[in-house]
Amino acid sequence: MSAQIINFTLNGEAVSTAIEPHRNLVELLQRFDLLGARESCGQGLCGCCTVLVDDVAVSGCLYFGVWVDGKNVSTVEHLDADGSLSKVQQAFIDCGAFQCGFCTPGFVLMTHQLLKEDPDPSDDDIRHYLAGNLCRCAAYPEIIEAVKRAAKA
Amino acid sequence: MNQVGRNIPRLEVRAKVTGRADYTHHLRLPGMLYGKVFRSTVPHGRILSIDTEAARNLPGVHRVVTGADIKKLIPEPYYGPAFHDQPILALDKVRHVGEPVAVVLASDPHIAEQAVQMISAEYEELPAVYDEVAAMQPDILVHDVLRPAGTFADLKHLKGRGGTNVALDYHLRRGDADAAMAKADHVLEHTFKTQQCLHLAFEPFVSVAEPGDNKLTIYTANQSPSFVRIEIARLFGWPENRVRVKVPYLGGGFGGKLYIKLEALVSALSMLVRRPVKIALTMEEQFYMITKHPTTFRIKSGVSKDGRIVARTCQVYWNGGAYADIGPRVAQKSGFTAAGPYDIDNVSVDSYEIYTNRTPAGALRGFGIPQLVWAYESHTDLIARELGIDPVEFRRKNLLRDGRPQASGTVLNDAAIPDVFEAIVARMNWNAPFDRGTGTIRRGRGIAIALKAVISPTTSVAIINISADGSVTLLTGTVDMGQGSDTAYALIVGEVLGVNAEDVRVVHSDTDVTPYDMGTLGSRSLYHMGNAVRLAAEDARAKLRALATEAGLPEGTNYPPVEIFKKRYGMQAGNVIGAATFLPTYSAPDAQGLSTNVTPFWMVGGSGVEVEVDTETGHVRILWLINAADCGKPINPAVARTQLSGAAIMQLGFTLSEAMQLDGGQVTNASLADYKIPGIGDIPPMENELVTAEQHTGPFGAKGLGESGTFGVSPAIANAIHDAVGVRIMELPITAEAVLRALRVKEGRPLDDE
Repeated sequence: MSAQIINFTLNGEAVSTAIEPHRNLVELLQRFDLLGARESCGQGLCGCCTVLVDDVAVSGCLYFGVWVDGKNVSTVEHLDADGSLSKVQQAFIDCGAFQCGFCTPGFVLMTHQLLKEDPDPSDDDIRHYLAGNLCRCAAYPEIIEAVKRAAKA
Repeated sequence: MNQVGRNIPRLEVRAKVTGRADYTHHLRLPGMLYGKVFRSTVPHGRILSIDTEAARNLPGVHRVVTGADIKKLIPEPYYGPAFHDQPILALDKVRHVGEPVAVVLASDPHIAEQAVQMISAEYEELPAVYDEVAAMQPDILVHDVLRPAGTFADLKHLKGRGGTNVALDYHLRRGDADAAMAKADHVLEHTFKTQQCLHLAFEPFVSVAEPGDNKLTIYTANQSPSFVRIEIARLFGWPENRVRVKVPYLGGGFGGKLYIKLEALVSALSMLVRRPVKIALTMEEQFYMITKHPTTFRIKSGVSKDGRIVARTCQVYWNGGAYADIGPRVAQKSGFTAAGPYDIDNVSVDSYEIYTNRTPAGALRGFGIPQLVWAYESHTDLIARELGIDPVEFRRKNLLRDGRPQASGTVLNDAAIPDVFEAIVARMNWNAPFDRGTGTIRRGRGIAIALKAVISPTTSVAIINISADGSVTLLTGTVDMGQGSDTAYALIVGEVLGVNAEDVRVVHSDTDVTPYDMGTLGSRSLYHMGNAVRLAAEDARAKLRALATEAGLPEGTNYPPVEIFKKRYGMQAGNVIGAATFLPTYSAPDAQGLSTNVTPFWMVGGSGVEVEVDTETGHVRILWLINAADCGKPINPAVARTQLSGAAIMQLGFTLSEAMQLDGGQVTNASLADYKIPGIGDIPPMENELVTAEQHTGPFGAKGLGESGTFGVSPAIANAIHDAVGVRIMELPITAEAVLRALRVKEGRPLDDE
């Protein structure tokens, strides 16, 4: 399949590239050496590939790269663009909310999204909102603590 | 400042929260080809033909490789840690669905994937066997002859044995179990089963091999890089130093990424095409790589009328699948604890590792212990009920204590069994009144406690490099897959050398520079490598002092290292290298399976649980879970506690929902959509208690903890369900359907299809 030229905003910067229509967003980001979104389950169930497109979280493994044409894409790498960690990232560190770290960028991005919608979520709100992110190391209790800590920060 | 015992975040936290941590998953090399695997669709069959022509002709395909091509490169292309039984690609026969038969190589993984769909193979299908007990009969043979690895003296007698699916039979005889059983007041016998489940690390299996000038570099998500190096060198007939194995962080391991997985395949492919080759599995493909043993465990106990267990016999059948992997070691090294953490004078254990036509089974967070505990702690509870003794009281009466011999004959030492047990009992407030519920919602409580011996004998080597400015670098082969080993070692180094753990550089496995380590497995690292690290740091400290003396600095003065180097070499130059090897003492078991020194340390873990059962639906709700473990003196308590918690939650999945479903050898639920792992909504209120004891032979009193949280969860839940509604679940997982079926049988109105 022939490549299409797409133009989009990537972590605040206007970019342009050619990509074949069958490649997903994770593959597109790899071309920009952005590796924080990772394909794991390939079904949009684990959340390891979470990316924000026009401020909405999508599963990068199920989202075609060409669809971001004209859109605004934010990955986990934009959170510390100024060299300092976001309050969510710091809270994940403070609460020990990960072990192997493979799923962590997805949880961090979803937590940002959650706190934007609801600055003071209850435990149930957190569980409901993060139900689409899985962690095989099972750092869930620490993740819930981290979300609450970030909300207070 | 003291370093050991500090609660510090893992050294690599920043890289992990920013998405910049290094995993093999991400690796791309110039000129790299992607391999996609064509897999067997039959569980057992002779390969009649493989048609690769259409795949070869697809534009963009570089090459299609079959077992015959591999054999031209490596005449004996069989690998494995205990048995050399697994072909790099299938030769002559396939033994399980999903077995690799051919590989397509292409610069674009999508083209390789498309080409795989164009390959076809014809098989002469053979009858298949899936059940471990059925496979004890030699009616259907998975392998014609056994092929034990020559390196293990205790496996040599198996060489060339044929006409059997039993890869290894292990026996222990202590006292006279049959005679004691005959005289016992009560004799109870039960059979328990566990299901096939798997690790499912979120970084699926991935390996890259890059051929170079008289060398081969392997980048891989693997827990045992030293073993990979030795095994690849053996396959090619090379010296070890021609193979370089590099491992960055792992996106989860849990015992799956042990020994050799994709490494032999990518190595052979890269040598065939003289280009770097990467194979990265999909989540679905992980179901055909390695799993946790399904088991059948027949357990029988003789008990005196005052509630003492006087005899116990254990027959454990481990379903190893089509290739042995580390299964024989599981059957043996965990088998000898099959009678549980109890003081029993007469014990017999028979433990069998059995080939079947399933995905191979290996080690999964517990090295077989969770399967054993499921049976012996369910059984122990049933005995207490039969005798009308409180299950806590019954265990208390029979628990093994320091100074008493375990079934192997090794006297227990530094195993805080009573402490862990009593910690759980106290947290459960066992003697207080308990609300048992009413109507269709009933409540119950359960408890379970377990013992594990770390696998022995194993070796770890560590190197410390002090640079001329005094900064410290540690080189080890331990793989940090989230357990926090880098950080624990940095704390140990910091403690010995008087530097901050955060300032210690920990170099990840690179066999060109990092020394030998047996593997990151079985909770062995903190003890074995931790001891090696401590000794290496002490060696470096002594050498630094010697350097000060050489430099003419007066003894007993405390010059900073940078001054010592400057004085000795006239400028900021030189290194001090400290090194150490740690190998604990060990006595191999005799013909009866007995040994005076069978393991360097014991792990103790247990759980208590309160459940609510809906008698109309069989649904079980965990109201509260307490997990406790003997962690010696924790090096980093905050991280240690998360290990306990994570292990227990993982085991919750294996208890309540996870099971590979087979239909004619095909896995019918090979995806996260159909194979349910715990999510954030499944976590019950939970407490995790580190029982601080002291492992006197451990580094600063510490011992391994990565698996201990898994031990007690499953039987504690089954025991609580029994307590709530009076039915006993004998097989994992405990689904609502299983509970409902048992309830209906108990009520005398079984479901229609029973």
